[in-house]
Amino acid sequence: MPELNEKQKSRLEPAAIRRRSFLSVAALTSFFSAAGMALAGALRLPGPAVLPGPVRRFKVGHPEEFAVGSETRVEEANFTVFRDVQGVYAISSVCTHLGCTVARSADGFACPCHGSRFAKNGEVVRGPAPRSLPWLEVGRAADGQLVVYADNEVPEGTRFRV
Amino acid sequence: MSTATTPVPPSAIQEFLHNLRRLPHTVKDAWFRLGHTPESEREESQATFHNLFLHIHSVRVHMRSLAPTFTLGLGIISAASFVILCITGVLLMVYYKPSTTLAYDSIKDLHFVVFTGRFMRNIHRWSAHVMVAAVFLHMARVFYTGSYKKPREFNWLVGLGLLVMTLALSFTGYLLPYDQLAYWAITIGSNIANSPRELTDALGITKWFDPGGFQRRLLLGANFVGEDALIRFYVLHVFILPAALITLLGVHFWRIRKDGGLARPEGPMGGVAEWGGEMKRVFEPLGTKTYGLMALVKGRRATVNRGPEDTVMSWPHLFWAELAVFMVTVVLTLILAFHFDAPLKELANPAVPENPAKAPWYFLGLQELVSYSAFVGGLMIPAIAWIGLALIPFLDQRTGGEGTWFGSPGERPVALESLFVGLAAVVGMLAFTVNYGWLRNWYPHIHQLWIIAINPGSILVLLYMIWSLWVLRRSNSIRHAAVALFTCFLVGFTVLTYFATVHRGPNWLFYWWPSQWPVH
Repeated sequence: MPELNEKQKSRLEPAAIRRRSFLSVAALTSFFSAAGMALAGALRLPGPAVLPGPVRRFKVGHPEEFAVGSETRVEEANFTVFRDVQGVYAISSVCTHLGCTVARSADGFACPCHGSRFAKNGEVVRGPAPRSLPWLEVGRAADGQLVVYADNEVPEGTRFRV
Repeated sequence: MSTATTPVPPSAIQEFLHNLRRLPHTVKDAWFRLGHTPESEREESQATFHNLFLHIHSVRVHMRSLAPTFTLGLGIISAASFVILCITGVLLMVYYKPSTTLAYDSIKDLHFVVFTGRFMRNIHRWSAHVMVAAVFLHMARVFYTGSYKKPREFNWLVGLGLLVMTLALSFTGYLLPYDQLAYWAITIGSNIANSPRELTDALGITKWFDPGGFQRRLLLGANFVGEDALIRFYVLHVFILPAALITLLGVHFWRIRKDGGLARPEGPMGGVAEWGGEMKRVFEPLGTKTYGLMALVKGRRATVNRGPEDTVMSWPHLFWAELAVFMVTVVLTLILAFHFDAPLKELANPAVPENPAKAPWYFLGLQELVSYSAFVGGLMIPAIAWIGLALIPFLDQRTGGEGTWFGSPGERPVALESLFVGLAAVVGMLAFTVNYGWLRNWYPHIHQLWIIAINPGSILVLLYMIWSLWVLRRSNSIRHAAVALFTCFLVGFTVLTYFATVHRGPNWLFYWWPSQWPVH
């Protein structure tokens, strides 16, 4: 066996780590990393991967059913369909403050929960609501009926020409 | 004990018969190990610390801690109502079905069909109210008696955790009947969780950073209140939150003992008292030690050759007092539950909100603030208040006055002044907004950031802080400033709660009395 120099010796026989301290460091490290990962996994679980709920796409009828100047409230879907000379548009009835359903008032919409008021075009005029009632996307289905996509917001003033 | 003196019978069959005959006695001895009610202090201390449920108390208790005018029994009332809530809650679980189609009917069954179901539900509802009220008052008691000071800072924090648990429990319980009240309260509540969007939308960063949406999805498991929300609230209400609360409650009780019992002033008798005709130094146990074992042997304990101590045996004095408070709580809850039914509105209807849709009373103060800005009133101000409360024991470190109502000199006038300042500020603010509205009424197109920064809630908090800082400068005492701020918040909270309860009607409009609400 050839003679080893100092450096080689220290690599083969390193200064002894006390077994206890090695074990305790290993135990603590493994515990905390396992606990951390487990906690992260457990907290990730309640965040829904897929949002449940029905598709919020509503057929509201044929364009000729909506007379110019008319407004039709679609109760189950929480929006109102308006028709004017320029076209058809839908405004959501869900208050932008805390999600109550607004009711039609003389000059617009009123929220019963915290007193927000909106103009007829959905604009906030009073109260705590931070923004206007959203305008919803309106389209047409293959059978010719108008469709309101209640999850898709469009800029105010966007009308569907019929 | 008497078994040892009985001669052992000769054969095994006789021994068996002998043991069988003595069974009632031996089983009784196993349960009641002392065999009789404790007669000496030694036996009384044994009765205390040989029992799992009693040994969380020290063997001796300070007379001051027993004075009803010191604690007002509020901590025990809170704990007692929690016990009542656990028992009635488990009974309600027998019939309750956490499903959007069945929940409402199961509550109706409980109300109309199940034997005592209606009474149990009423008790559950009322003890929840009692618990919330008692927890708030208990916090006020601990604050005004300066009992959060060293070494009790940690327990003050545990108590603040318990406050959050209590409110979270009552909030999650609110959805379970799945009636109109439940549905709209939780719709509003979950949108308050969503309200950081008010800020992120105003800054235009919601697409990249959306804590509001995350919180709401975590709470509801969806974008609307439905089956996923109901099951999440149910799990939180019947398991996660009670388990967390019980754990914290255990720590809270245990810390009381480890911190040397309830807070009390040092040397109540000036350190000397008459004892056997001469003046002796009073035995004062260290604040951090309970000397439970010292009471074991009468006459040979640390008080030897010292004057009287101000403590009495926990058995029976403390336990009787606690039992009495417990029974008072039970009776109060029973009377309320007997006379007033827990509300149950129509089945939840997502198309038509309750008008007015009011939260339970302890959230109504916040609801009033929410009606100016959801983010500020619903999240920011509660967070500021909670953090402020948590900081009190660390910012006010000067000792003195612990365990005495308004203990430090000049505290009572500060509290009284703050009462009026707080009252004037909140009443003035409400009168102004009811008469003149707020920024959005004057400038409908104003940027939302302005409303977040300047609204009645934030102005009120600012006024209270300025007052508190002024008291700090004037009286040169952090404790006084804390008393000023705490009192202002307490008054503000109370007035806002009262105002939203009585003076807010349909469409959240101002009415002098609910009888003036329009009929529709």
